[in-house]
Amino acid sequence: MSAETVASAKPEAPAPRGERFWRMPILVWLAAGFLVLVAVIATFAQVLMPYGYEDTNLLFRLKPPFWSSLSIEGHVLGTDKLGRDLLSRLLVATQVSIALALLGTLIGAVLGTVLGVLAAHYGRLVDEIVMMLVDWQAAMPFLIIALAVLAFFGNNFYLFLALMGLAGWETYARLTRGLVLSAKEQGYAVAVRALGARPWRLYVRHILPNVIGPLIVQLTLNFPQTILLETSLSFLGLGIQPPLTSLGQMLGEGRDYLLTSWWLAVIPGAVIFITTLSMSLFGDWLRTRLDPTQR
Amino acid sequence: MNLRYVSIKLLRAIFTLWLVVSFVFIVLRITGDPTEQLLPDDVGEEIREYYRILWGLDRPVWEQYLLYFKAAFQGDFGVSFRNSQPALDLIWQRVPKTVELGTATFVTALVFGIPLGVMAAIWRDSWIDRLTMSFAVFGFSMPNFFLGILLILLFAMNLRMLPSSGYGTWEHMVMPVFTLATAFAGAIARFTRSAMLDVLSKDYIRTAEAEGASMSRRVWLHAFPNAAVPVVTIVGFSLGGMIGGAVVTENVFAWPGVGRLLTSSVADRDLAIVQGIVVLVAITMVTANFLVDLAYGWLDPRIRLGSGGQSR
Repeated sequence: MSAETVASAKPEAPAPRGERFWRMPILVWLAAGFLVLVAVIATFAQVLMPYGYEDTNLLFRLKPPFWSSLSIEGHVLGTDKLGRDLLSRLLVATQVSIALALLGTLIGAVLGTVLGVLAAHYGRLVDEIVMMLVDWQAAMPFLIIALAVLAFFGNNFYLFLALMGLAGWETYARLTRGLVLSAKEQGYAVAVRALGARPWRLYVRHILPNVIGPLIVQLTLNFPQTILLETSLSFLGLGIQPPLTSLGQMLGEGRDYLLTSWWLAVIPGAVIFITTLSMSLFGDWLRTRLDPTQR
Repeated sequence: MNLRYVSIKLLRAIFTLWLVVSFVFIVLRITGDPTEQLLPDDVGEEIREYYRILWGLDRPVWEQYLLYFKAAFQGDFGVSFRNSQPALDLIWQRVPKTVELGTATFVTALVFGIPLGVMAAIWRDSWIDRLTMSFAVFGFSMPNFFLGILLILLFAMNLRMLPSSGYGTWEHMVMPVFTLATAFAGAIARFTRSAMLDVLSKDYIRTAEAEGASMSRRVWLHAFPNAAVPVVTIVGFSLGGMIGGAVVTENVFAWPGVGRLLTSSVADRDLAIVQGIVVLVAITMVTANFLVDLAYGWLDPRIRLGSGGQSR
């Protein structure tokens, strides 16, 4: 960002915080609303679903959703190739995809932040090693690394979750390192150190609360990427394995019935798309909110 | 160009490559006997023994490590257990098809992305700016497997204009290229826009305006070359995302490239092929990053002329 834009942004007096913070564009409101809906579904999927997501009924296979005249009572979104209720599966799949993405994002954030702090604190060799790992991960497409690991070790749920966590840790590490390095030089950090605080106290109690804003923004930007990674791998049949399901896995299954039952693929796909879109819109808005130079 | 700059970048590239190959070596040793993983199940014990000696599995680990490198350099990644051919040959047959898809995507994305980004920056906050930014957000959020499936539903099944999958004519390329290029074009447009906005607010652009330089002259002669530096970087960075995207897109459209070979090999745990592809991707990425660094140095006179970090 050039000096001119920063300078011109400054004289604009910041409005009272609580008041302006909630002045969101209508699109961001919609996005936030959808995210709340997804969060509710992810939390209460087992309560909301009308049938068990694994319950098959071979008499009612590939039944269409409510808008078709061929739809049957009780299955609002129709049924899949084994007669399983699509709505119930969609709810569980949303739960699985969101939980994986959320856990993955959090693991990555914690791992990256810790490594970033370590790199900034110790400098020299530790810094070199962390930054080397960061460069290395940034240089390889993560989907390829994930596929290779799944091939070498075989697929299991915990390995898959670990992969979700490893995706994107390097962005937090780089960000935290930079933020901590500059925060360390500021008056309050120097003062706390001079008062004899131990390093962990300095970082956890003083520096982290001051740099948490950009890290949260990074979280909202990473979350959609983790959803896309999980759904891509599951779509390819290499992620979440049946009988468990995820949005990507549903889409992958539904893809074989495009000609006759297109909704089997389109409905889970739309849920993925609208979720990542909402998260991106919300994250972008949050970023411009927290960082005036981005406006 | 500054020799020191080039050699540092080159060393870094070789170092990254070394890390990737070592990573594969370590993982393969962790997971068991390489002859069981890299050779078909039905090969006889003599062949297994031959490879054990060839890869030096009877020798100390450090020696194995060197031999592994030697083999990797000679392109020997083992044998596919699905059809008993050398892994490299099988991969190499698929490479041209993926390169074809990738090149077409690159060209399409640049042809759409750069002008869109430049226009969005010139007419900031106009409808074209909003359109470009919406397109960028759309491309970022849209999973390419879903976009691909929507395209198949619309153009192959409803309108019957394009073949839904396969390889051969230009018509087979339209949907895969569009699917892959959307996210990429959006990202390029977005970065071009912000790089241009940054440059357009600089004093020398105002000076050029005061001297009576026309709008197009200001934009293309004064501003764009300066905005090109960050754009080149982002193009280089996007390659990784595109390789990942190609794996998915090739699967959606049954495009017979490296990506489809990779996913089927992962499903069958045909490790010889998987490790060959991983090393190949690493070489591609490292080379691309090195070229980006060179282009960066060439576009930025401060690096080209070797005056170090001295700026203005």
